[in-house]
Amino acid sequence: MHRLKQVYDWLEFRLKLEGPIKDTVLHPVPRNTASWWYVFGSASFVLLLLQIVTGILLAIVYVPSAGEAWNSLQVLNQQLPLGWFLRAMHGWGSNFMVAVVLIHMAQVFLFGAYKFPRELTWILGVFLLLMTLGMAFTGQVMRFDQDAYWGLGIGASIVSRVPFIGGPLVELLLGGPIIAGPTLTRFFALHVFVIPGMMLTFAALHIWMVVGLGINDWPMPGRVVRRSTYIQEYHELTQKDGIPFVPGAVWKDMIFSAAILFAVALCAVFLGPFGPTGFPDPTIIQTVPKPDFFFLWLYTILSFLPENLETPFILIAPVVGILFLLALPFFAGEGEKSWHRRPIAVLSITLLAVGFAVCQHLGTYTPWSPEMQAWSGDTVPIKYVHGATPLGRQGQIVFQAKQCRNCHMLGGVGGQRGPELDGVATRLTYDQLVRQVLQGGGNMPAYGKNLSPAEVTALVSFLETLHPDGQLPAQNAAQRYIDTGELDPKK
Amino acid sequence: MSDEKAAVTRRWVLVSIGAFLNGAVALLVAIPVVGYLLGPIRKNGGYNSWIDLGDVSQFALGETRLASFVSPGAMPWDGATGKAACWVRRTQEQKFQVFAINCAHLGCPVRWFPQSELFMCPCHGGVYYADGSRAAGPPPRGLFEYAYKVQNGKLLIDGGQMPTLANSASVRKESSACTG
Repeated sequence: MHRLKQVYDWLEFRLKLEGPIKDTVLHPVPRNTASWWYVFGSASFVLLLLQIVTGILLAIVYVPSAGEAWNSLQVLNQQLPLGWFLRAMHGWGSNFMVAVVLIHMAQVFLFGAYKFPRELTWILGVFLLLMTLGMAFTGQVMRFDQDAYWGLGIGASIVSRVPFIGGPLVELLLGGPIIAGPTLTRFFALHVFVIPGMMLTFAALHIWMVVGLGINDWPMPGRVVRRSTYIQEYHELTQKDGIPFVPGAVWKDMIFSAAILFAVALCAVFLGPFGPTGFPDPTIIQTVPKPDFFFLWLYTILSFLPENLETPFILIAPVVGILFLLALPFFAGEGEKSWHRRPIAVLSITLLAVGFAVCQHLGTYTPWSPEMQAWSGDTVPIKYVHGATPLGRQGQIVFQAKQCRNCHMLGGVGGQRGPELDGVATRLTYDQLVRQVLQGGGNMPAYGKNLSPAEVTALVSFLETLHPDGQLPAQNAAQRYIDTGELDPKK
Repeated sequence: MSDEKAAVTRRWVLVSIGAFLNGAVALLVAIPVVGYLLGPIRKNGGYNSWIDLGDVSQFALGETRLASFVSPGAMPWDGATGKAACWVRRTQEQKFQVFAINCAHLGCPVRWFPQSELFMCPCHGGVYYADGSRAAGPPPRGLFEYAYKVQNGKLLIDGGQMPTLANSASVRKESSACTG
């Protein structure tokens, strides 16, 4: 024990770290900030450390070469002991990190922590969020499977929409004319050196300021932030009703971080690593590319935007959003912190959360994509074949052969791009069905060039039978008069 | 007092000179670095060259089929990503249409469905007719087309760059003019 003390003293005499560390761990924090609501920031940092450690361990084996990356991941997954587990930890750690960072941001926003004097802490936080998302995207590229390859294609296509400099930007992004070796190496440099280096610097400054300015006090309705008085009020609060950060508040941070790490490990063990999916060979086109979880919302938005809004939205909305976040502490730097007095803040968070959830859900089930294999095996339901006329059965063959089910559901099977066809006869008359098939419209291609008149007649004759028992097919209200000639003036 | 002030000033002048020298050297070093970083940028079409897709006899009249080729700028470490694919449609004996597989919306690979005679994209449901024109979905234009020529019974296309809205594989009107 005496020896240990001697070593400690020898080190401390040279390092002189005891003072600053003591100041940091013992600095007083307002008593009610020792709350379970204040644990997300430290958990984000712990996840960042987890990503660095697992990332370095993966980099020992991973080969950042377009020709070999996929194979080296197979070796990690299949051959190296616990290689799969490290990949799974890194992958799930990434998902957890994005989630915890987002929760941290929402909490900080709802608690008004971005207000004076913590504006810069918030701004660095916004950049840390962007870098976290940047790491998630570049990390997906590291996997260099089919999803990564076509994800890069989507990225390049988005960048190409930038006016004037879109072309050169694509080449800069890809490192050349195509997605290939130079693309992977530049994303590797970003993922492993550039962004993590910036992240560590920013995170250190972020935490430095949290300690220096003091943790945000628990918002109380009526306790209004004013630049002239806030510092003194906060000082009084910590003096009068403060507890030292260690051990007063830190134990909740530690327990939560441990729980998060445990959750990451559980997901890693039971759900395994992400991919790699198919081999990144661009001549294999039997692929349905999909982005990783945290970019599904974007995938959805890109599907639903009207064409003329697409480019402006893709290019302008992110800039406006980021500028808004950066400007927030300057136009709302004072005033009420409590969510009880900030209905717009609560409403915005709710709206964003619901919007995000809806887009994620739609992105998961992609109802807009044609069902690429639907035509091959699924048959027309028996109830429609039973009792069908010869012409109707001919129509069913046309229906099968022309792959209507890629986009249309029938009997619960098929794509969701177009409307379900059970009951279509109650919505469209015979003439309307013919017109729709021939001319398309409302997002349906025109089949006039691909179908002979006989095929159209057969197909529509089949579609005409798609109505529930006891409900008549739709009819042109004037049809009766046309058929009977009742209103013909010549009669 | 005045002596001390002068001494400080002289030292500060030296510091300024030191800072200036460092700045100048940094600038000199940075210029080639910028050039290095901007290396991949070339003017539009700068990467394109004629690529052999093989005998025209492989492509049946009236049919559309997939053809693959190695990109002219491929590096040895590109692996399979140095390859690319395109859809070749033979409309007449000497007339072709060669489409990039990349959807004009966001670059996903479109697939040809011979029965319904449509190209469909698996990402956001873009659909194109057999001649590459836009049929439905979010794409802002038809499929990108490569310029082609027939030489000594071989089909050649002008490619080498992933087509996007900014970097077309080649311009549409060129391909119809260039019938080999």
